[in-house]
Amino acid sequence: MSIKGKAYIMGAYEHPTRDAPDKSTPQLHAECAKGALADAGLTKDDIDGYFCAGDAPGFGGMSMVDYMGLKNVRHMDSTETGGSSYLLHVGHAAQAIAAGKCTVALITLAGRPRQNKFFPGGGGGRPGQLTDGAPEAGFENIYGGSTHNTYGMCAMRHMYEYGTTSEQLAWIKVAASHHAQYNEHAFLKDVVTVEQVVNSRMISDPLHLLDCCVVTDGGGALIVTSPEVAKSLKRPLVKVIGAGEAPKGPRGGKDLDLTHSGALWSGPIAFEEAGVTPQDMKYASIYDSFTITVLMQLEDLGFCKKGEGGKFVSDGNLISGVGKLPFNTDGGGLCNNHPTNRGGITKVIEAVRQLRGEAHPKVQVPNCDLALAHGTGGSLGTRHGAGTVIMEREA
Amino acid sequence: MSDVQDKPAEGRKIPAPAVTIESKPFWDAAAEGKFLIKRCNACGEPHWYPRALCPFCFSDDTVWEESPGEGVIYTYSTMHRSPTGPYAIGYVTLNEGPAVLTNFVDCDLSTLAIGQKVKVKFQATEGGPPVPVFSPV
Repeated sequence: MSIKGKAYIMGAYEHPTRDAPDKSTPQLHAECAKGALADAGLTKDDIDGYFCAGDAPGFGGMSMVDYMGLKNVRHMDSTETGGSSYLLHVGHAAQAIAAGKCTVALITLAGRPRQNKFFPGGGGGRPGQLTDGAPEAGFENIYGGSTHNTYGMCAMRHMYEYGTTSEQLAWIKVAASHHAQYNEHAFLKDVVTVEQVVNSRMISDPLHLLDCCVVTDGGGALIVTSPEVAKSLKRPLVKVIGAGEAPKGPRGGKDLDLTHSGALWSGPIAFEEAGVTPQDMKYASIYDSFTITVLMQLEDLGFCKKGEGGKFVSDGNLISGVGKLPFNTDGGGLCNNHPTNRGGITKVIEAVRQLRGEAHPKVQVPNCDLALAHGTGGSLGTRHGAGTVIMEREA
Repeated sequence: MSDVQDKPAEGRKIPAPAVTIESKPFWDAAAEGKFLIKRCNACGEPHWYPRALCPFCFSDDTVWEESPGEGVIYTYSTMHRSPTGPYAIGYVTLNEGPAVLTNFVDCDLSTLAIGQKVKVKFQATEGGPPVPVFSPV
């Protein structure tokens, strides 16, 4: 696909300051965004694509999208190549627009090198000194937030709103363990019961030890090629037919909703592009940092109604050969692998195994021709980025 | 919740918050025991955490406003073990509207509940300004 004639630069703004002791770096990004929007005659609600590089503080796109209150972003890119990043971003924005991934792309650059008495970074503060890191850092990093207790907050609220139980969450671990027993490389190979999960040590309410994923070293890689290259190879053809992405954060604290994830938006984008529905999926890889992560994403992706995830995952419904939706047949992050605390690539890898018919025979889904892989990065309880990929086996 | 470590919640030392040029007025007020939020003069909406530009309408006409710091628990989670004992993190929905991430202190952590009324107080940090935390009222 050519990007020739597919995109135009319609807004441009250079911040007038050359010395900004009185502004923060996120503030400068936002002021530049505001200037460019005014130049183009658009509002921030028109922005559906956001591009930034290493100068964007904190979690880059996730921190800045949340800071600026951009609520319609469905495409993000933080390609980092130093000073040339923003030229690349123009190209990437054109590609994304040509591909229908966004219609109004915002690219920002800002920083304050003259204020070198400030130090960059998103962690804790230094007494008596000003910092210039992630805009949320001072208001959040002080409270001892971790994956366990921020995901615990989501589970607690989900239980409160929908009556979800620890026993229902436990079924997710049970299903993963049923699959892991056949994976010789799985970190945890023992099949566990609902009782074992709910009686394991409480880590952070209401999540028990066995509601948590494993901590493992390792990694993975993928090769993605053009159709021409793909068809010249002797491997089964796994075609990407849909993709969606979405950031989600507390959004200024208004109408906070910790029972939804970004899958609520990334899922429909991917399904619409692929022209399929959740019910068409023969297999699903669902990010499983914790049991609650799986439950919320299944609801948000449309495998069941909101609030009915507990019922959906119960009684082995996620176990291959037993239930209606075989998930994470490698044992997932809950039992198999969560390399360097980032499990996204393993989700795609197991989906490819299923589509090729190369999963373990005990967990291989018969005639698996449509599969989904979905991930959540960052924190479900504060701000995170959701990504959905839908794949089809081509005969 | 009998397996919560038998140590006071106050055992956890809170690090100095990262203070920016944008957030400094909040922390200066905190040092005087005042809890500030930001409100937008253009759309009238309060927001949290405080920003120079409104995250709802993008106006730069935002102002600091002192809040009584009263609200209800939206959600919480108690970390049962840590090097300094158990502690609870959660969100409070302020009466003004915005949800605030915080710790719950000076209470029996096993009695925390969603919907419980809480009020802000300030807790000392390791060399920085005090930070807002909440206790049941």
